[in-house]
Amino acid sequence: MSPDYILETRGLTREFSGFVAVKDVELKVRGGSIHGLIGPNGAGKTTMFNMLTKFLLPSSGSIIYRGSDITGERPARVARRGLVRSFQISSTFPHMTVLENVRIALQRKMGGSFQFWRSERALDHLHDSAIRILASVELADYANLNAVELPYGRKRALELATTLALEPELLLLDEPTQGVAHEDVGRVVALIKKFAQGRTVLMVEHNLSVVEDLCDKITVLQRGQVLAEGSYQEVSNNPQVLEAYVGVADE
Amino acid sequence: MTFVRKHAVLLSLVVVLAIAPFLFYPVLVMKVLCFALFACAFNLLLGYTGLLSFGHAAYFGAGAYTTGYAMTAWATTPELGLLFGVVTAALLGAVFGGLAIRRQGIYFAMITLALAQMLYFFCLQAPFTGGEDGLQGVPRGKLFGLIDLGNDDVMYVFVSLVFLGGFWLIDRIIRSPFGQVLKSIRENEDRALSLGYDVDRYKLVAFVLSSALAGLAGATKTLTFGFATLTDVFWGTSGEVVLMTLVGGVGTVLGPVIGAVVIIVLQNELADKVGSWVLVILGAIFVVNVLLFRKGIVGEITARFNRT
Repeated sequence: MSPDYILETRGLTREFSGFVAVKDVELKVRGGSIHGLIGPNGAGKTTMFNMLTKFLLPSSGSIIYRGSDITGERPARVARRGLVRSFQISSTFPHMTVLENVRIALQRKMGGSFQFWRSERALDHLHDSAIRILASVELADYANLNAVELPYGRKRALELATTLALEPELLLLDEPTQGVAHEDVGRVVALIKKFAQGRTVLMVEHNLSVVEDLCDKITVLQRGQVLAEGSYQEVSNNPQVLEAYVGVADE
Repeated sequence: MTFVRKHAVLLSLVVVLAIAPFLFYPVLVMKVLCFALFACAFNLLLGYTGLLSFGHAAYFGAGAYTTGYAMTAWATTPELGLLFGVVTAALLGAVFGGLAIRRQGIYFAMITLALAQMLYFFCLQAPFTGGEDGLQGVPRGKLFGLIDLGNDDVMYVFVSLVFLGGFWLIDRIIRSPFGQVLKSIRENEDRALSLGYDVDRYKLVAFVLSSALAGLAGATKTLTFGFATLTDVFWGTSGEVVLMTLVGGVGTVLGPVIGAVVIIVLQNELADKVGSWVLVILGAIFVVNVLLFRKGIVGEITARFNRT
């Protein structure tokens, strides 16, 4: 494979009892880029995501990350390789404090998480880093609040902060602006832009202006297959893509 | 002062345990302590890992029987007897837990129940468990070969120390780096997985720790009363520990202790007066618990306290 690509899929296919959700997808994500994955509902975007992070096993095909085949690996192992996902529905640890949410991610990198005999003070040295990360998403003031008490937009920011605490090489974002109030979308976009520097991002997104703003390259899926690929300009002028989207709009 | 504040719960338990034998029958208090430790061990799984084991009597009973066997057949000293019980319960927990954690939710609960039932019938049939009679007349022996536990007052101190040690360890586990991961699994398993935690391995370690402590509780019970019977591995005992934990307050440090006090004292007081109706009364308490005070006694009090 070409060394520029951090993530590649070859003939990736997933069937659910006869229904083919993703078919023969060849996806190539260039290192350091923000790659968008778009398509109408049911195009197979979330299935793709779940396969890439090993929450689902592919029916056939392979996934290559940094030159090694990770198709059969377990989710926790993939995460430790630096391929970390966010979830479509804001996914925090609700009854842990905002600080603990980030700290649990920092703790994983540190190791020693099986030490049941040590005091919680063993984690105190992570507080400064945790606060710094929270400050970068404007959550430092909420550090001692339980995550469940945050408003939705802030939960999104917290989820992003937790993910970023792992310093992932490849960040998979599943609809990062979904459910975020209109006026907060700009803030989430700015956050992603800031953290995408020096990293690779693969994101599923419905909001096309966000995609236009952020993505270097876009892959359009339809009915589980790649319909088009290219820059926002190329893709948005592609007659097949227009048809697919207009077709959906007509329903 | 910070020491007092940090260990406030533990210190108040020490005070209560020091006074209790002057107010209540010491053997009853010892029984409460054994079940309180059992419930605390169970709570480590349900309250702090989010796993409902519906066959926890298996580990309590395994500890009870093996310690009883070691004390009777090999005439070991009590500390070695307890150790044997704890290790057996932990090993059993590793095998049963290893099988059960492959499934989640209700399936996990059902598998733990099925495995516990297997152990029950094993204990009914095996040649060394005494069948329906159980193991009777288990000696208490001399601690380290020196201190005779035959005296109830000495035994009381010993049981109190075992309980306090177990309680302290559980509290420590909950607050450890490991406990933080358990909490995150309880809160959002998929998210913990996506952060790179091998959740099944954490669950298994938690399961083994909980089984070992349940075994310690069962083993201590055998020493106290001098017998291990089928009741110790019976599914009803598994149900009782769930009830104690829920009534006291799941996911609270002190809840299972309070729950054990309430249930054991009720059983003790009512057994002579209403006979088997005690089961109906406990059932009614459970219904009220689920309908009206779902957080349990300690959980509700803490919630009230925080609101004001």
